[in-house]
Amino acid sequence: MQLKKIVPLHDGPDWSFELLEEYEKEIDRVAKIYKLDTYPNQIEIITAEQMMDAYASIGMPINYTHWSYGKKFIQTEQHYRRGQMGLAYEIVINSSPCIAYLMEENTMTMQALVMAHACYGHNSFFKNNYLFKTWTDATSIIDYLVFAKKYVAKCERKYGVSEVENVMDSCHALMNFGVDRYKRPQKISIQEEKERQRERERYLQSQVNDLWRTLPTAPNKDIQDSRRFPPEPQENLLYFIEKNAPLLEPWQRELVRIVRKISQYFYPQKQTQVMNEGWACFWHYHILNHLYDEGKVTERFMMEFLHSHTNVVAQPEYNKPWYSGINPYALGFNMFMDIKRVCQHPTEEDKYYLPSIAGKDWLETVHFAMENFKDESFISQFLSPKVMRDFRLFAIDDDDEDNYLRVAAIHDEQGYRLIREKLSAQYNLSNIEPNIQVYNVDVRGDRSLTLHYVPQNRVPLAASHHEVLKHLHRLWGFDVKLVMVNEDGSEELLGKCPDND
Amino acid sequence: MAHFIDRRLNSKGKSTVNRQRFLRRYKQQIKKAVSDAVGKRSVTDIDSGEQVSIPTRDISEPVFHTGRGGKRSVVHPGNDQFRKGDKIERPPSGDGDGAGNGDASDSGEGQDEFNFQISKDEYLDLLFEDLALPNLKKNQLDKLVEYKTYRSGYKMDGVPSNLDIVRSLKGSMARRIALTGDKRRQLRELEEQLEALKADKHDNQLEILRIEEAIAELKARIAKVPFIDTFDLRFRNFEKRPLPTSKAVMFCLMDVSGSMDQATKDIAKRFYILLYLFLTRSYKNVDVIYIRHHTQAKEVDEQEFFYSQETGGTIVSSALKLMREIVLERYPSNEWNIYAAQASDGDNWADDSPQCGHLLHKDLLPLVRYYAYIEITQRQHQSLWREYQRLTEIHPHFAIKHIRTVEDIYPVFRELFAKQLTQQGAA
Repeated sequence: MQLKKIVPLHDGPDWSFELLEEYEKEIDRVAKIYKLDTYPNQIEIITAEQMMDAYASIGMPINYTHWSYGKKFIQTEQHYRRGQMGLAYEIVINSSPCIAYLMEENTMTMQALVMAHACYGHNSFFKNNYLFKTWTDATSIIDYLVFAKKYVAKCERKYGVSEVENVMDSCHALMNFGVDRYKRPQKISIQEEKERQRERERYLQSQVNDLWRTLPTAPNKDIQDSRRFPPEPQENLLYFIEKNAPLLEPWQRELVRIVRKISQYFYPQKQTQVMNEGWACFWHYHILNHLYDEGKVTERFMMEFLHSHTNVVAQPEYNKPWYSGINPYALGFNMFMDIKRVCQHPTEEDKYYLPSIAGKDWLETVHFAMENFKDESFISQFLSPKVMRDFRLFAIDDDDEDNYLRVAAIHDEQGYRLIREKLSAQYNLSNIEPNIQVYNVDVRGDRSLTLHYVPQNRVPLAASHHEVLKHLHRLWGFDVKLVMVNEDGSEELLGKCPDND
Repeated sequence: MAHFIDRRLNSKGKSTVNRQRFLRRYKQQIKKAVSDAVGKRSVTDIDSGEQVSIPTRDISEPVFHTGRGGKRSVVHPGNDQFRKGDKIERPPSGDGDGAGNGDASDSGEGQDEFNFQISKDEYLDLLFEDLALPNLKKNQLDKLVEYKTYRSGYKMDGVPSNLDIVRSLKGSMARRIALTGDKRRQLRELEEQLEALKADKHDNQLEILRIEEAIAELKARIAKVPFIDTFDLRFRNFEKRPLPTSKAVMFCLMDVSGSMDQATKDIAKRFYILLYLFLTRSYKNVDVIYIRHHTQAKEVDEQEFFYSQETGGTIVSSALKLMREIVLERYPSNEWNIYAAQASDGDNWADDSPQCGHLLHKDLLPLVRYYAYIEITQRQHQSLWREYQRLTEIHPHFAIKHIRTVEDIYPVFRELFAKQLTQQGAA
């Protein structure tokens, strides 16, 4: 089939912009063959120092000013200078156009790998995964960040850097609790955002005080007193504060909102790490191999590519010193490869464990898997016994009431389902993050705010909660209490702020 | 379709603001680290920044997260020995467990200290915050001037090397046009007439002759206008503008007699380091002159100044005399900002103290910007202190301070150079 002479693309090692464009064109062509649907790409070449800048501002091209980003930058810089860490080859941003940063130090092969990985793998994931579709609006995030940056800067000029910093610190402490896990947010543009922000300011302030308005004595006084506010427990602490904290100024509410919005924007990324990286690895692997099969890239190119690729998807064993948990790249890549295998060459076992995909069209199936799942559900749906055996997975139960750790299951016939279940649970954010909700506000009394912590499997809250309560108190303005609700329903006061005792 | 952008030329300091915010927030801790580091430096070693470390717990960002305990299960890869139901001894540090189950760890990778480098400028900013050089401003322009030449237009005379040819030729051209324009017009008219006459079939010999004569005369007159005249010449003009000088010299005077032990000298050294660093903030070039003295004064280098051993009695005025000589010889006070710091344990030959007071009052204090005397001693003040104390009342730029221990250095230094307060404080 190689009768027609195909001239392979130059394989570097130095890259040039012309060469980048040639490669990009080829990768784009192959990606279309595999039906990868992407946002337009904007590929930016940056230096190592700029990469550290990008690291520091949580990967966003623009962000508001805050000391913690400075700290992050100093840390990154120190580690990098001392050689304790390498920098990522690439950073990609869920925006439209999809911005990808390539480091200038990369060789041509690495640039091609990164383009296939980020600009086609991650990009198509951002565009098509249901979580991203639901929760993020790629077209407006950059605009929103510009708005946020300007707004924060304006507040700093108007109210002073320290004032703003106080609010931001407190918000950051609660950032993980600033997401709606179940409600669907609306999409809005920057213009609307600005107009509505002004609206909101006025409206919110007028509403807040209503909460405390002394009501005339109602005939059914007992019933009213027993009614809680909020009527249902609220999981989104920042949202609750933004809407209900009695003493916040309008601009402070807006700051709370900004932190909450950004937290919400990153929420899907937290939930799809394995899938997202696995998907990107799966596609850089396929695209570059496809180019190789066509004779478009040289063998030298492939050797270098495979070297990097295998490094990325390597999974060290639990007893190695450099083991630090399951490598999401490895797990994701192997699962997608396995889905393809199950589709193409299903075994009897696969037909038993994964009947819904065995023997189906592989391309359609991987797209379906990418679009409709998050890590947790992806694993519970598609983790096959073969992958478990390849990884030699085993589950450990660690109960502090026991003197021993117990091996709950290993990669054998009896263990497959249990391991699948446990691994899936391991990626369930609601298992990882402590369950803390706003339970009650003493509306008619001292306006104190009560949070409930419901532990799972008796896992306690780390001592840092005392500090976080102080932040919460700063935002709320009145007493704040944190109560642990034990399995038997008994309540235990974990802490309160201010702590008078 | 992709769009490539080369961002490498964009500024890389995108995080600078955030970094400054960080420094600002932890100023107290960083400042403390910086003050601690002052003593460890050589006097002139200011090329580097400073390694600063502050406790990690101060900079952590708290979040709600789960702690140890309770019941967890974790899936690990790479099983090589386990079967279902195996019991394993709990690893002591909890290594086999917890990794990878999403435990949010406190930032800082388990380090107790958060180490980082601050740049030289950041270091000095922190060190000398709220300090100012006394008496600098008002003296800057009245006599401490050097001149800088700069271009200012053109003038009619000057040296040939400053001749501006283009400008001169412009003048020449303009003059020639002005002086010959009218004649050239007449010439043109006459030439037309001549053509007309020559073309005429009638005999106009006489007329032609007359016109030709007129033409010749006009041409001669045009030719007489010189191509270039001294009047046309333009020379580039340079003028001098006074500049505030940025030269400073610092005199370090120290008593090295037998009574000054190494500990006392160390204290003095630290004080000099601070002073030197501080001066380099305000001046581009700072010369440092080390004068040490016992009964005789000698100009020495840094190493000898701080570390060589001497014994003998003390005559402070010898150092003051030497300083005066050096100033008169090498550092004219109209070009140099002169600062002096004298360190001593207060010992002096009793008869010499009045002479010191006199020397300072008459000869030195009028020349210097600021003169600081620090006395490093645990004992009572002696004659020198009393003599100097009188002077502080007359000369506002003369200050004396007493240092007892190392801890006093930085506070005393700050007191000496505190903004605004210097004048009143010293008096």
